[in-house]
Amino acid sequence: MDITVNGQARSFEGDPEMPLLWYLRDELGLTGAKFGCGAGLCGACVVHIDGVASFSCVTPMTVAEGTQVVTIEGLSPDGTHPVQAAWQQLNVAQCGYCQAGQIMQAAALLAETPAPTDADIDAAMSQNICRCGTYPRIRAAIKRAAGQGA
Amino acid sequence: MAALENVSRRAVLLGLGAGALVLSLGLPSLAQEPEEPLKFGADAMPHGWRDDPRLFVSIAPDGTVTVTIHRSEMGQGVRTSIAMAVADELEADWSRVRVAQAPGDEPTFGNQDTDGSRSLRHFFGPMRRAGAAARQMLREAAAAEWGVPVDDVVAENHVLSHAASGKQAGYGDMAARAAEGEIPAREALVLKSPDRFRYIGRTDVGLIDNPGIVTGTAIYGMDAKAEGMLFAVVARPPVVGGRAVSHDAEAALKVPGVQRVVMIDPPPQPSAFQPLGGVAVIATNTWAAMRGRDALNIQWEDGPHGAYDSEAFKAELEQAARSTDGVVVRNQGDALAALQQAQRKVEAEYYIPHLAQAPMEPPAALAIIRDGRCEIWACVQAPQVTRVRVAEKLGLPPEAVTVNVTLLGGGFGRKSKPDFAIEAALLSREMDGAPVKVVWTRDDDLHHGFYHTVSVERLEAALDDSGRPVAWLHRTAAPTIGSIFAPDPMQKLPFELGMGLTNMPLDIPNVRAENPKAQAHTRIGWYRSVSNIPHAFAIQSFIAELAHEAGRDHRDYLLDVIGPARKIDPTELGDVWNYGEDPARYPVDTGRLRRVIETATEAAGWGREMPARRGLGLAAHYSFVSYVAVVAEVEVGEDGSVRIPAAHIAIDCGPHVNPDRIRSQMEGAVIMGSGQALMSQITFARGRAQQNNFDTYPVPRMDTAPREIHVHLVGGGDYGQPLGGVGEPGLPPVTPAIINAIFAATGQRIRRLPVGNQLSS
Ligand code: FES
Ligand code: FES
Repeated sequence: MDITVNGQARSFEGDPEMPLLWYLRDELGLTGAKFGCGAGLCGACVVHIDGVASFSCVTPMTVAEGTQVVTIEGLSPDGTHPVQAAWQQLNVAQCGYCQAGQIMQAAALLAETPAPTDADIDAAMSQNICRCGTYPRIRAAIKRAAGQGA
Repeated sequence: MAALENVSRRAVLLGLGAGALVLSLGLPSLAQEPEEPLKFGADAMPHGWRDDPRLFVSIAPDGTVTVTIHRSEMGQGVRTSIAMAVADELEADWSRVRVAQAPGDEPTFGNQDTDGSRSLRHFFGPMRRAGAAARQMLREAAAAEWGVPVDDVVAENHVLSHAASGKQAGYGDMAARAAEGEIPAREALVLKSPDRFRYIGRTDVGLIDNPGIVTGTAIYGMDAKAEGMLFAVVARPPVVGGRAVSHDAEAALKVPGVQRVVMIDPPPQPSAFQPLGGVAVIATNTWAAMRGRDALNIQWEDGPHGAYDSEAFKAELEQAARSTDGVVVRNQGDALAALQQAQRKVEAEYYIPHLAQAPMEPPAALAIIRDGRCEIWACVQAPQVTRVRVAEKLGLPPEAVTVNVTLLGGGFGRKSKPDFAIEAALLSREMDGAPVKVVWTRDDDLHHGFYHTVSVERLEAALDDSGRPVAWLHRTAAPTIGSIFAPDPMQKLPFELGMGLTNMPLDIPNVRAENPKAQAHTRIGWYRSVSNIPHAFAIQSFIAELAHEAGRDHRDYLLDVIGPARKIDPTELGDVWNYGEDPARYPVDTGRLRRVIETATEAAGWGREMPARRGLGLAAHYSFVSYVAVVAEVEVGEDGSVRIPAAHIAIDCGPHVNPDRIRSQMEGAVIMGSGQALMSQITFARGRAQQNNFDTYPVPRMDTAPREIHVHLVGGGDYGQPLGGVGEPGLPPVTPAIINAIFAATGQRIRRLPVGNQLSS
């Protein structure tokens, strides 16, 4: 199975039912996408599949095959995507574990909706859980990133 | 070359990678400091505290300062805050400050149990001194090098200078010479005056872990890697004390990638921090291990707790809370007589269910055993405890076990238990020492937790003609954390009672608290703010109920019942614990409690006219030697759904080291507390936790969390005052504030958590 991850062509021989998350983490050693629930309920594992924010924990390799996958490691070469920058400026993270998924979700939202309303933010970001409770800062950081023309 | 040798010794000691760490002279002298008589605060903790600069500060020739952090980072910001304290006294340029994480080694670093909201409370002073001592050593080195009096050498913002001669040097230039110098005497250290702080108390110091977090390169326990690593999941007995009687290893081994199926014996009960036992599947990737586990077809024997049922147990606790044979844990005046004679009496019972910490990162640990040594990488709050327990289990001396502490993807008390690291060590041993990473799934986390206890809190009050309470009876019935260590203690421990019950500071002449028996049927553990959750919920709800009964404004009534500003010795109330702190330094200060209430209510516009189905609710609580008040604004929809458009939270935690992290902890506390109020609970049926994942254990999300959270920092200017806790004290008053707001909005009094659909009928 062929797949492109962060611009690099890869091929995979294992269990075709293996979720993309475990391929990324265990086979490629890309541990930026996190395991939080394994059931599409928390968003810790969100990556972009052909530009669409997707739960990698419930995306089997058969579905990911032939796609372009971007993980948090590939979002920008140096951590300067406007969303990443806003996250740092507002010190959004507490433990940080959910934040890769939050950032990937927010980046996809802004790519689609450059000036999101609160309702847009609610709709997109409520797919992601932050147990530390960083939601107010996530909202503020998305607005800041949007202001930068992301 | 001596420096290089020291570097490598230090590198081994700390498990650091490259980098010349010249100021560190290797292993600290064990005789470095006579321990003071252990009594309160950090002195009373296992292994106490250290302030030796050689342990915590190293400076490379290029001037890079590395601060060793011996406390676990789980979102409270401790790696940033400790580095701020050290760097400030060191006069280091923040852009050149890095952090390194200490392994579990309390004899070297002092206490490492990252719990009890203690890190800065106990280590602000020692870390400042470590920074100040290192700065002094740099000045001495420069003075010697330049042949000038040390008093004339200034160390400022990473530069050493001598005004008269115009000489200047960077910290890196003097590090090697400084490393050979004497450690200054503690008493001779001059700490900065607060008006000269560069970082302490400032809000513009960013998180030191930001870059790793936003690029996905920060390493958590779940992310630990080693060459040739295997992955394991464990099927654990669904009922505590149960065991697997049969399983189908063959079926699991048929899954491609599965290498081994291993039985882990269940521990004798009570099992403390031991793993629960069960059947482990070890594979070449996590997915294969999970599929192998699904194929095991295990038959379980449940043991003595197979009938544990939350509804039945609630009735049992209610029975206990209505009985008169509980242990009297506090008694002032004669509450029973006053209640008997009372004209006006109010009573209420409150139910607080089990909760799971559910840190975003489920437990995970990697272990490797080689050459008689075990090395662990894990997201643990208590690395020394982990080290000792792993060593015991493997039959090794603790010195043969290295526990590397990763970042923690949340802890909330769950990761103070090293059971998952012990599992990894046992499984590595089964695989001849190969690297094995144990991964817990969310289901595992919710099914096999160390849960927050379940309580029934019963309160009775007698009111005088003005509606003020003259007698107060509180009975708390809840299984104790002690039940994981001793067979059926049935009674709460002093530290649990001291979390808001025996130190309750209300100005009431007759107060009695009783603790009837309650048996544990699952593992009870610490959950952020612990027994303060049920105590604060019950007490703060009940005061609102009394205010209503008295026909008085809740805020005025609460301030009235708290009484005038005064400093109370908690031991006089009946609390012998006082969060481990000296009651003389840390009295219960009702003036500070009043002030946070006044601040939060003023900011929230207390008393303003509210639209229909909207209400403001108030609660305040003293815990972890800090004072917090919350005003929640709620809106209850016609369908019974609850929205929280705004909340104000005011905290007085003494001096502020990292104000932005105090704010973020309060924001997080408001959100976590809203989950406890509205949606989250763990229930048991047939001995099994009924919640599997975030569908059945809902927690707040962006659209359901409180929207505008306003944090008010009260007090804090005087760095001579003792520090209070921050990580936990925000939480206890949040839930009752929300429940009181629901009452204000609807007239419906919720006494059973969570609200769930109770408002929808
Ligand atoms: S891990 Fe994929 S949604 Fe939770
Ligand atoms: S920052 Fe900890 S879960 Fe979001």
